[in-house]
Amino acid sequence: MANAFFANWRQNIIYIGFVVIFIVFAMTLADKGFLNPNNLLNIVRQTAMIAVMAIAMTFVLSAGEIDLSVGAVAGLSTVTVAMAIAVGGPIAGVGAGIATGLAVGMFNGWLTTRVGIPSFLTTLAMMGIAKGVAMWISATAAVPILSPGYSWLFGGGNLGPVPVLLLWMAVLGGIGHIVLRRSGFGRRVLATGGGETAARYSGIDTKSVKFKVLVLSSLAAALAGMLYAGRLQSGRFQLGEGDELSVIAAAVLGGTSLFGGKGTVIGTIVGALMIGLINNGLILMGLEFSQQLIARGGIIILAVALSQKRS
Amino acid sequence: MSVSAAAVRMTGISKTFGGVHALDDVSFEVMPGEVHALLGGNGAGKSTILKVLNGVHRPDKGTIEVGGVPLTTHTPEASRAAGIAMNYQEMSLVPTLTVAQNIFLTREYRVGTGLIDDREAERRAADLFALLDVFVDPKALVGDLGAGQKQLTEIAKAISQDAKVLVLDEPSTALAVSDVERLFVFLHKLKAKGVAIIYVSHRMDEIARIADRATILRDGRHVITAPLSELPIDTMIEHIVGRRSKGLSDIERSAAVRGDVLLELKNVSGRHKPENISLTLHRGEVLGLAGLLGSGRSSLARVIAGIDPVLKGEIRIKGRAVVIRKPGDAIAAGVALVPEARATQGIIPAHSVASNMILAVIDRLSAAGLVDTKAANDLTDAQIERLRVKTASRDHAVSTLSGGNQQKVVIGKWLATNPDILILDEPTAGIDIGSKSEIIRLVRELAAAGKGIIMISSELSELLTACDRILVMTEGRVHQDLPREALEDPSVPADDLAHRLQAAEQRLQIEIQKALALQEVSHG
Repeated sequence: MANAFFANWRQNIIYIGFVVIFIVFAMTLADKGFLNPNNLLNIVRQTAMIAVMAIAMTFVLSAGEIDLSVGAVAGLSTVTVAMAIAVGGPIAGVGAGIATGLAVGMFNGWLTTRVGIPSFLTTLAMMGIAKGVAMWISATAAVPILSPGYSWLFGGGNLGPVPVLLLWMAVLGGIGHIVLRRSGFGRRVLATGGGETAARYSGIDTKSVKFKVLVLSSLAAALAGMLYAGRLQSGRFQLGEGDELSVIAAAVLGGTSLFGGKGTVIGTIVGALMIGLINNGLILMGLEFSQQLIARGGIIILAVALSQKRS
Repeated sequence: MSVSAAAVRMTGISKTFGGVHALDDVSFEVMPGEVHALLGGNGAGKSTILKVLNGVHRPDKGTIEVGGVPLTTHTPEASRAAGIAMNYQEMSLVPTLTVAQNIFLTREYRVGTGLIDDREAERRAADLFALLDVFVDPKALVGDLGAGQKQLTEIAKAISQDAKVLVLDEPSTALAVSDVERLFVFLHKLKAKGVAIIYVSHRMDEIARIADRATILRDGRHVITAPLSELPIDTMIEHIVGRRSKGLSDIERSAAVRGDVLLELKNVSGRHKPENISLTLHRGEVLGLAGLLGSGRSSLARVIAGIDPVLKGEIRIKGRAVVIRKPGDAIAAGVALVPEARATQGIIPAHSVASNMILAVIDRLSAAGLVDTKAANDLTDAQIERLRVKTASRDHAVSTLSGGNQQKVVIGKWLATNPDILILDEPTAGIDIGSKSEIIRLVRELAAAGKGIIMISSELSELLTACDRILVMTEGRVHQDLPREALEDPSVPADDLAHRLQAAEQRLQIEIQKALALQEVSHG
C-alpha cells in the first residue's frame, strides 16, 4: 500500500505537499501561534466556503466543463438570503438561497447544453450578470441579518469545540466523494468528461449530465453564499468576489483535470485546505499582501508542475 | 415470434448524407446462430448500415426488425435494448476509466445500498477475458493500454451485454494472430448458443474461415448475399471491386520519365512502425503504398515528414544524408505531407482560403514581421487557378468548400513551398468522384513536372491509376515492390480500359491478401 502511494507520488503530490508545508510552518511559525488550535480552526473557517464550491467544481471539471460564475453567484446569494430573512425570516432566507442557485444553474445549463454556448463563456457572462443583479437589488449596500439561529447554523456557530463550518465541509465532502466515486451519476460525469463520444455511444445522455453539474455548481455557490452571510451576519455583493480562481485552483491542486475525466473530491478538499494553510502561514510570517500573492502563486505553480505526468 | 424469425432483418434501407447516397435500398438479413460477413470496399456503405442498425444513424427509408420485432425508435439505447451489441473500433471507450469500468459503463454492478461495486465489475471483467482466453488487466486505465488490449476490451464490452446480435467491426485489426484464433474459438461457442454475429473485415482469409454467409455492398448498394461455399476469395474480390472504375480508367497514364533519385530510405525504423524500410523515389515517379489499416503506410509518411521520430536508419534526399527531427526540417529539405485527416491535420476550417494557402510560407511572404497582403493574394489566386479550386472568393472560410476543394487547398498550401517530394496520405478520402479524378490527374501532372510523389490510398483503383510503382505493406514492412505493369492482365484487351483497371485491381487485392497470409505463417 505504502509503496503504491509513493510509486504514484505525482498523483499524490497534494497530500505530500500538504504535510510538508504543514511541517515547515509548524517548525518556523510555532512561536507565532500557528499550531494554536484557534488558528487551525480559523484556517478551516476561512476555507469552508471555497471547499464547498470546489466540491461541486470537481464535478463540473470532471465533466469537461467549467463554471466561472461561482464567486459572483455566492455574492448574489448573500444578498437574496439577507433580504428574504429581513422580510420572511430564516426559512424564507434559505428558500431564497436555494432558489437563487437553482435559477442561475438552470440558466447556465440551458445556455450551455441547449443553446450551445461553451460553459466558459456562459458562466463568464453570468459572473457579470450575477454581480450586477446583486449590486442593483441591494443598492450596493450591506443588508444586515438579524437572525442568530440562521447565523449559528450557516457559518458562525460551534458545536462544542467544532465549528459548524467544518461540519458543512466534512459532510458535503463525504457525500461528494461517494457520489463521484461510487454512484451511477458520478460515473456518468467522469465518462462524459473523459470521452464524450464514447460516453454517448455507450448510451449516456451527456447533455443532461452537463446540465446537472452546472446546476450542482450554482447550488453549491449559493450555499457558500449562505455560509458567508451567516458568518458575517450580512449580505453584500462583494462577498465571494474572485473566489472562482481559488475554487478552480483548489480542484486542480487536488488532482482534478481541467480537461475532464479525472477528479477527486478528497483531493479537492485538501487542495482548498492547502490554499488556506498557505494564506495563513504567509500572513503569520508577516509578509505584505503583495508578497503573499507572489508566494502563493509560486507555490501553486510548483505543486501543479510536480503533479504533471511526464510523457 | 416464429421460430424461423431472422435475428436481424433490414429491408429497403436508404440513407443520404448531404445529397450523397450512402445507402440505396439495401436489404440485409442475418439468421440466429450464423456468422454473417459484411464486405465491401471503402465507401461501400458497411459502416453506414451498421450505424443504422445500432441506432447512431436514422434511416431515411426502410424498416428494421430484430428477432421479428420492428425497431421503431432509432437511438443507441433502443438498439441495445433490442439486443444488439457492437464494438466501435475504440470509439466507445473512455480513456480515463478502467477496463472494468468501461465494460460495464451504464450497466454498473451495485451493492445493496445502490453504490457502484467496482470490485464485482473487475471480477466479471476477468471472467469475460477468461472466456475469451486472453489476459487484460481489468484495473488498468484504458488510456494506458496498447491497441490490441483496447480492442479486446471493446470486444469484451460488446459480449458482456448478452446480446442476440453481436456486431464486430474489424475486430482483428490490432490483434495478435493468437488472439484472433481465441476470438474465433469464442465466436463458435456464441454461435452454438444461437447468437447472430455480423463480422466486418477486410481480410478475406479470416472471412473464409469464420463466416457462414456473406453480404457484399458496393457504392451503397446490395450486390450479393451467398453462402461462403459459393464465394471463393477471387469471386468475393470480383464482387467487391465491380466495374465501378469509370472516371478513373480514362485518366491518361503517359509513361513516366524517371529522373535522378530524389529520396532514399535505408533500413529506416520508427517507434512502432515502420520497421526496417528501404526504398528509393525518383524524380517524375509516383510511388504507391498499398496495405490495410495499420500496415504502417501512414507511419512511414509521418516519419519522412518529421512528425514521428526516426529511430534507426538513414534518410537521404537528393543524394545527401539529412537529419529530420521535426516537420520544419522535412519542409526545409523539400518534403511536403498532405496528411490523412484533412479536417484536423490539413486545414484550419474557419480560416479563409487565402490564410490556409499561405500558412506554410508565411515567412517568405513577410517583411519586417508583416505579411505582404498583395503577395499573399497573388499566391492564393495563382493556386486557386492552377488547381481549379471552386470557391466563392479567396476570403471565404475553407469550411464552406466541398471536401474535394478543401483537399485542393491543402495541396495548394504545400505546393506553395515548392517541394521536391510530395507525400499524399489518403488524398481522396470522402471526396466525390469528380474531384477524385481531378486530384489524380494533378498527381500525374506534378510527377511529369519532375516531382517525386508518394501516395497512400485504400482505394486500389486510385493507386493503380496514379502510380508507377506500388509497395505492398504489412506490419510496418515492405512485402512487395511491384512495377505498375506487373499488375496488368495481358488477357484483357488493351483498349478496354475499365476492364483492364478492374483486372489490375483484383491482382493487387490478391497480392495484399497474400502478404497477410504470409505474415500469419511467419507468426505461426
